[in-house]
Amino acid sequence: MSDTLTPPETVTAMRVVGRRVAHHDFVDKVRGSLHYAADWQLPGMLHARLVRSLVPSARIVSIDTKEALALPGVAAVLTGADVPRNSLVERASGGLGELLVPMPILAAERVRYVGEPVAVVAAVTQQVADEAAELVAVTYEELPGLFDMEAALEPGAPLVHDEGNVLVSWHIGRGDVAAALAAADVVVEGTYRTQHVEHAYLEPEAGVGWMAGDVVTVRASTQVIEHAAEIAEILDLPANKVRVIAAYMGGGFGGKEDMTVEPFVALLVWKTRRPVRMIWDRQESMLASTKRHPFRMRYRTAARRDGTILAQDIDLLGDAGAYPYLSARILFAGAALSCGPYRVPNVRVRARPVFTNNVPASAFRGFGAMQVTFGYESQMDRVAAALGMDPAELRRRNFLRQGDVIPTGETLDTAVAVGETLRRALGALGDRSEPSAPGRLVGRGFACNMQPYGRTIWFRDRAAAWLTLQADGSLLIRSGITDLGAGQAASLCQLASEVLGVPLGDISVYIGDTALTPPAGGTFATRQLYMSGNAVLSAARDLRARIDPVAADLLGCPAGDLRYEDGLVRGPGSGGISLAELARACDAQAVDLSCLSTWRADSGTFDPATGQGASFPDYTYGTHAAEVEVDPETGEVRVLRYVASHDVGRAINPMRVEGQIQGGAMQGLGYALTEEIVLEQGLTASSLFSSYFIPTALDMPDIEVEIVESGEGKGPLNARGIGEPPVGPVAPAVASAIADATGCRPARLPMTAERILALLDEAGAHSQGAGHPPA
Amino acid sequence: MTRTRVTLEVNGVGREAWVAPSDLLVDVLHDGLGLGEVRYGCGEGVCGTCTVLLDGEPVSACLTLAVQAEGHAVTTLSALTGEGGSLHPLQEAFLRLGGSQCGFCTPGVILTAYALARRERAPSRAEIRYELVGNLCRCTGYTKILDAIESYLADGAP
Repeated sequence: MSDTLTPPETVTAMRVVGRRVAHHDFVDKVRGSLHYAADWQLPGMLHARLVRSLVPSARIVSIDTKEALALPGVAAVLTGADVPRNSLVERASGGLGELLVPMPILAAERVRYVGEPVAVVAAVTQQVADEAAELVAVTYEELPGLFDMEAALEPGAPLVHDEGNVLVSWHIGRGDVAAALAAADVVVEGTYRTQHVEHAYLEPEAGVGWMAGDVVTVRASTQVIEHAAEIAEILDLPANKVRVIAAYMGGGFGGKEDMTVEPFVALLVWKTRRPVRMIWDRQESMLASTKRHPFRMRYRTAARRDGTILAQDIDLLGDAGAYPYLSARILFAGAALSCGPYRVPNVRVRARPVFTNNVPASAFRGFGAMQVTFGYESQMDRVAAALGMDPAELRRRNFLRQGDVIPTGETLDTAVAVGETLRRALGALGDRSEPSAPGRLVGRGFACNMQPYGRTIWFRDRAAAWLTLQADGSLLIRSGITDLGAGQAASLCQLASEVLGVPLGDISVYIGDTALTPPAGGTFATRQLYMSGNAVLSAARDLRARIDPVAADLLGCPAGDLRYEDGLVRGPGSGGISLAELARACDAQAVDLSCLSTWRADSGTFDPATGQGASFPDYTYGTHAAEVEVDPETGEVRVLRYVASHDVGRAINPMRVEGQIQGGAMQGLGYALTEEIVLEQGLTASSLFSSYFIPTALDMPDIEVEIVESGEGKGPLNARGIGEPPVGPVAPAVASAIADATGCRPARLPMTAERILALLDEAGAHSQGAGHPPA
Repeated sequence: MTRTRVTLEVNGVGREAWVAPSDLLVDVLHDGLGLGEVRYGCGEGVCGTCTVLLDGEPVSACLTLAVQAEGHAVTTLSALTGEGGSLHPLQEAFLRLGGSQCGFCTPGVILTAYALARRERAPSRAEIRYELVGNLCRCTGYTKILDAIESYLADGAP
């Protein structure tokens, strides 16, 4: 990891950016003094509980709230009839062809999944609210349910929504796939399946709301304060009458990108005119919160004898669950990234999210582009095996390069350093370990990926930031950014400090408030360093442009010779003035020290008919390498070594970059080996942490990180986003290592001991103790 | 519901609270006594975000009734912070080495590590891992948490 401290020559040395600083919210976090969403109390505050559907598919015959209302201490029991506009229509594709399916806030006529909200209760204590929720009597008439995404496509399948079971059918393509398949020396076919996964942020969904005058105010654990507009729509209020404040989150990972508690809290506040707190308990969160989409991925990959990939023919199916949420966009991302970081001249991709009566799936770190990593990397390994070629060499021959055209027809306009990440990851794995016991099998594998950072281009993304240099030389940053815990706000301070020379300790950052901070868009799609980082950089540079002439005048030197550092402005000589002195001089000359700047990403359009057009602003590339030991007697897989390497363009804070990569890789290891929300007829069998296995400190090795800084990226100071990229390569890297150890390649996640054992039994390999896959 | 008055010794100070027999220690500490660092995370004693020390040993406050804590010394993370808000060396190590990301698990993790350091002077990295099995973290991947604890121990666990 020492390389991270000596950036390559392409990256200019900086004073604050690039340092492993810990400041701002992290100080409160190690003290335990940060106030999360649940840490908020107001006089007369009520406590809320949702009544959720117990059945996956039914007509609601009646909802009887009388008994619940009669319970002493109950302030409100609300149903769909109490919601001013009980319908939200998601337009996640941005109008590119998905079905417009309304989702009720509180189901009134039909329920479509177990856990769907049907009524909501507020009472003077949580115990009373819980008791009252139990007393709400809902009568259901059960309807046929649909629990399998492939069954959803069958003729005559039950309709989850009258509009149809296929939310959208994306197509991306170029070249002549049929001709390429016919001309290929080898065609490899594979089908891969992934599972429902829970975000499992340690902080459950929570929020507190109150009336401030006539403004419904909600302070919640959310990635997206812009949902204020939807809350206003639900309550039939003008948008200026709803305010959303984002607390620092105890993790989100995409699970707090859609609304969770907000509409219910707002509704109860609006109806009762009293403060209301809602916290989902863990079981409720695991039962009903959105999940990662299970994908079924069919690949046909054509290659020439020399390893050149000629074509990919891909069909993706995703289980959207009962409501649209962000599935349309997630399957688009899956389609757009389904070929991975390789040149593929002939491509045909179809991607469809389908409705079922399973729990809804939506955003989760990696957003469709991570599921396909398991597909395309497994295919690359199998093509290599079919050609008898080293899998690293096969990849090197096909890696995308700057200037290449990707399946959407776009040209890559920044460096593609995936080859360097491959070299670093394989190099860091070191010597092969010896098996820990006779009969155990050690194997190694790796996987490469590319993951977009920034929103889908046709959403014309923008973010604003507002900087104010105060009279004493300290700095305020206001940004509508929300903070998931990855240092989103702290990074803004580092960037501003770099340009303005204000010491980090003299910078305060205020975030996530629709009333008081300028809009930054939500924190998702690995977009905030890219978007708000650029906005802060732009505002800081605008501010510099105003104050430079004043400073230059005071110091008697050209503005180009000024250096801003350590709270001072220095000229070429030894002297300098403090930022406080400069602020006073600016004030005397009527130079405004408050600067609001909006940064806009590139815009473009995508044509769903041709499957060509603009998709994402740019990508982050990486390679992970794993060494595993398999016990063929039990099927158990132990990860012995793990290395993750990504090109982040420039590391704004290497410690945070490492933390993102290590945490992402660990989530990927859980995804690869143990995590699955098991659903039986729509009912979850894994609604507790004791039955849903996220990795503990004991289960996995240290994640070794190799940061590559290509010096190219579209974020501030050429950074690339690193939030989502590290989660994708893990499952295929581990699968590849298992295949190396046992000769059997898993095609279904998670790769549990039972499944590995079944795979070995099938191949009859466990009795032979084969150490390497057959060629 | 019948409530009884209990006196809890929290961070060295006697605190009175009126609690129902079924009230959980996590709720009484968080909502009743205003100790925000004791956090509800799962309610089943698995995730460790509500970890407190009871007579120096880590317990899940979500599985402990408030009345059970009477007569025992309860320690929360606040106790580690010094006068004027100065950080404890263990907290410093977490800050310096990036052991905290979203921070939600941090108080429980630090308390578990603190208790381990009081019991064992030189635990191995594997032993630290074993000790932390009751404190889930979804952000860091544990590597930097382990680095922070090792660094603190290497400094003699001051």
